[in-house]
Amino acid sequence: MIEFRSVTKRFGDGTVAIEDFSLVVPSRRTTVLVGSSGSGKTTLLRMINRMIDPTSGGIEIDGEDTSTLEPVKLRRRIGYVMQNSGLLPHLKVIDNIATVPILNGVKRALAREQALELLDTVGLDRSLAERYPNQLSGGQQQRVGVARGLAADPNILLMDEPFGAVDPIVRDELQRELIRLQRELGKTVVFVTHDIDEAFLLGDQVVILETGGRVAQVGSPSEIMQSPANEFVASFIGTERGKRALSIRRTARGRVLVDGAGRTAGVLVDEPATTGHDVDSAANSGADSVAQVTVAQDLGADATTGAVLDAAAGPSNEPSGLLAAEPIVR
Amino acid sequence: MNFIVDAIRWILDPMHFPGPNGIATRISEHLLISFFVVLIASGIAIPLGYVIGHTGRGKSIAVLATGGIRALPTLGLLSIIALSIGIGLTAPFIALVVLAIPSILAGAYSGFEAVDRRTVDAARAVGMTEAQIIRRVELPLGLPLLIGGLRAASLQVIATATLADYLGGGGLGHYIFAGQQTQDYPQMLGGSLLVIFLAVISEVSFGILQRLVVPAGVRSPSVTSRRTETARTDLGRVEVGRTESSETITAAGSPQTKGTT
Ligand SMILES: Nc1ncnc2c1ncn2[C@@H]1O[C@H](COP(=O)(O)OP(=O)(O)OP(=O)(O)O)[C@@H](O)[C@H]1O
Ligand SMILES: [Mg+2]
Repeated sequence: MIEFRSVTKRFGDGTVAIEDFSLVVPSRRTTVLVGSSGSGKTTLLRMINRMIDPTSGGIEIDGEDTSTLEPVKLRRRIGYVMQNSGLLPHLKVIDNIATVPILNGVKRALAREQALELLDTVGLDRSLAERYPNQLSGGQQQRVGVARGLAADPNILLMDEPFGAVDPIVRDELQRELIRLQRELGKTVVFVTHDIDEAFLLGDQVVILETGGRVAQVGSPSEIMQSPANEFVASFIGTERGKRALSIRRTARGRVLVDGAGRTAGVLVDEPATTGHDVDSAANSGADSVAQVTVAQDLGADATTGAVLDAAAGPSNEPSGLLAAEPIVR
Repeated sequence: MNFIVDAIRWILDPMHFPGPNGIATRISEHLLISFFVVLIASGIAIPLGYVIGHTGRGKSIAVLATGGIRALPTLGLLSIIALSIGIGLTAPFIALVVLAIPSILAGAYSGFEAVDRRTVDAARAVGMTEAQIIRRVELPLGLPLLIGGLRAASLQVIATATLADYLGGGGLGHYIFAGQQTQDYPQMLGGSLLVIFLAVISEVSFGILQRLVVPAGVRSPSVTSRRTETARTDLGRVEVGRTESSETITAAGSPQTKGTT
């Protein structure tokens, strides 16, 4: 467990990047910090491994105040993955991965052996071990970055927009891999992104930040999607536009959900047969390309404003969007 | 053209090779002086450059100071030092060390500076100590530029070490000064040609070394082309048999030697 206690960070030039921030990051779960540029996500992340020290307040890891810990030692037991992979360009992939264990005093041969296993773990071919980072694609570099982050078998993994610089297809792939890894390894992951979709996909707990590290809302993706705490959150998660504003359209195949861009997001296979809240029913539409849709909850929002009525859930039962109170197109 | 033929004939005359004033001795003197000058200048400039490059502090002061040193006319400096400590090898030695420092300093810190700050940041974030960052990251990645600085410094020192004999310090400069006094132009030009020869050898060796130290996995920085330009400038000056310092040095060791991107 990582606990932020009234943390404030004022930089030398007077910028207050974080003001009175408190948060509990549960163990063995993925917590995603999401917010627009400059909201202080990186600053928060880097305060965990003492790359940045808070001006006031404190951070505890499993009850231990980090300010009492030696920064170098602390960093060696916390994995860190960043956007540009941060690999050392003059070291081969295998030596990059083995860096931290070797710093920790693990014998070179053993560290390299473990590095090879980590290549398997992150889904890379062992033949890449002898390459240099600049001989890898961006996606491969990120995987190596993740492998390096895992090399010392840390309990905590910090990830700062690790998939921000790869193309959308590779990003999807890396996200799925991360979900798989996390299921297997159960690390305490703190993940930073400004992509709300990524946040909802990966996060068990999502923290939506405003400027100055102000917490706009903390909760599970479903909680946030179903009841945005305020206008800021609602507009940030885009309930009224883009992907999450779904409307129903009647087609020959039945009713489908269409997103803001006019793309079909899924087929509506079930509707609340009963009145009231928390109707939870799912059915399979069969095809891969159409999402399974569960109408989860009637939020009872004001229909005249065109606001949220229902939440639609994908196959994993995570909400994938909200039904807008638009008239059904027939 | 006849001058050059005469000068080459003078060099190739076996009578001029052995003995205390022979070419062999003068070349060894010249090389020894140059070597120790660069060694001592390195001892001062490299640690300083690394500290500046690693911390990013004191850079503006370093740039100012090196710029100032570069503007000093070496001969004037030499005379001033000589006036205070007398004739012999010490004064030119000190003057040469002062001359060599800017290039090496620039090579050392620009080598560190050229290392992507994100790479250094990543190294720190995974738990390297500052010493480990210097040794395992900045030093290997900055080595080509440091060698570039040493290369420029060596070239300047070899060319300018002719001044060592201005106050009787020996080296190939002896032929130039003695030749001038006795109006023995083949000897004078022969001495100059030998200096050029040493300069070329130094350039070629450092050029090879510079290529060798580029870490595998890192694209070769574009130092080489810039160095060749420098070499041309310097050689052009050596040919005249005189080495006026300022311009040459500015061209050789300027901090633009960064050579990233
Ligand atoms: N070293 C620093 N000195 C001064 N101000 C800083 C420093 N680092 C960050 N800041 C400021 O602190 C605020 C938060 O920065 P931070 O990097 O944490 O944002 P972020 O949420 O990670 O943004 P992004 O999504 O663009 O990465 C910004 O206003 C930034 O300008
Ligand atoms: Mg950031």
